[in-house]
Amino acid sequence: MSPSVVLVAGCALVTALLKAAGPIALGGREIPLWVTSVIVLLAPALLAALVFTQAFADGSELAVGAETAGVVAGGLVAWRSGSIVACVIVAAALTAALRAL
Amino acid sequence: MSTGPAGQAFRRGLRAGTPFAIAGFLLSVSFGVVAQDAGLSALAAIVMSLIVFAGSAQFAAIAIVGQGGTVGAAIGAAALMNSRFLPMGAAFGPSLPGGPLKRAAQGQAVVDASWALAARGDGSFDRWLLFGASAAQYVTWQAGTIAGALGGDLLGDPEALGLDAIYPAFFLALLLGEAHSRRAVVVALLGAAIALALVPVAPAGVPVLAASLAALVGLTGSAQAAVLEAQEAEGAPR
Repeated sequence: MSPSVVLVAGCALVTALLKAAGPIALGGREIPLWVTSVIVLLAPALLAALVFTQAFADGSELAVGAETAGVVAGGLVAWRSGSIVACVIVAAALTAALRAL
Repeated sequence: MSTGPAGQAFRRGLRAGTPFAIAGFLLSVSFGVVAQDAGLSALAAIVMSLIVFAGSAQFAAIAIVGQGGTVGAAIGAAALMNSRFLPMGAAFGPSLPGGPLKRAAQGQAVVDASWALAARGDGSFDRWLLFGASAAQYVTWQAGTIAGALGGDLLGDPEALGLDAIYPAFFLALLLGEAHSRRAVVVALLGAAIALALVPVAPAGVPVLAASLAALVGLTGSAQAAVLEAQEAEGAPR
């Protein structure tokens, strides 16, 4: 098998297993209040981690670059306008403009 | 399904997911280009988007292959990057009916934006809204990958176009929609701090997974009281 086939099939398999695990383990049952309370707060924790690790890190190093400024500007646009499309376009445009300088 | 509550929720999901689908299109165009720079064929890039459909994992895997890493390391990075689907799936699971296999199949529809959109704020999820939002994003994810993989030469360098800023900006917009309460803001900052502290020492993906520990703030009495209030306001506590 070519490496590409192994790569694509392997990524598909691990992704499917990870997405299946939670629903298999915790399906269709009443859950205690303290679990729900943690679940509600998973979204801000995970989303913030995704944003910050991509905007403020380059590989395994903490770094601020053109994309950091772009993401901050995109965030301001999303906050003021509520538009995610405007947010990502501003983020990409400012990042590209700073790199072109 | 066309007129019932499920169909209505699915259509609401399609609408709510459309802005994310447009942003995802731009992102997947850059994936199509970058994948070929990393040595994947256009066909491999397109098939990867079709059957993996997880942006951060796809980018992480091809980054490792592109830097000369092994296929095993690339799959491992994809698994770590997607490890957040464990807590996300655990959150979504109680909202799913059916046996384990049926629930596992429904769990495949989870992607970040849909999961956040479908969260009702009381711990339960609107599964049809999630399916609709994911369907919209799936279509554009494929279209963008095909465009990037086949037409990437016309586009030029994705970094020069700032396409790498799209992904974090996408999640930031989601986060701003999620952070309604002071408690959510505190948890977001805590999650960010945990992740950034681990970036220099942990493999890619682990910092984001570890950030889920910030949600343990939910164990406090005041956080549980707030959830109870949200459930009672919803009128249908689960």
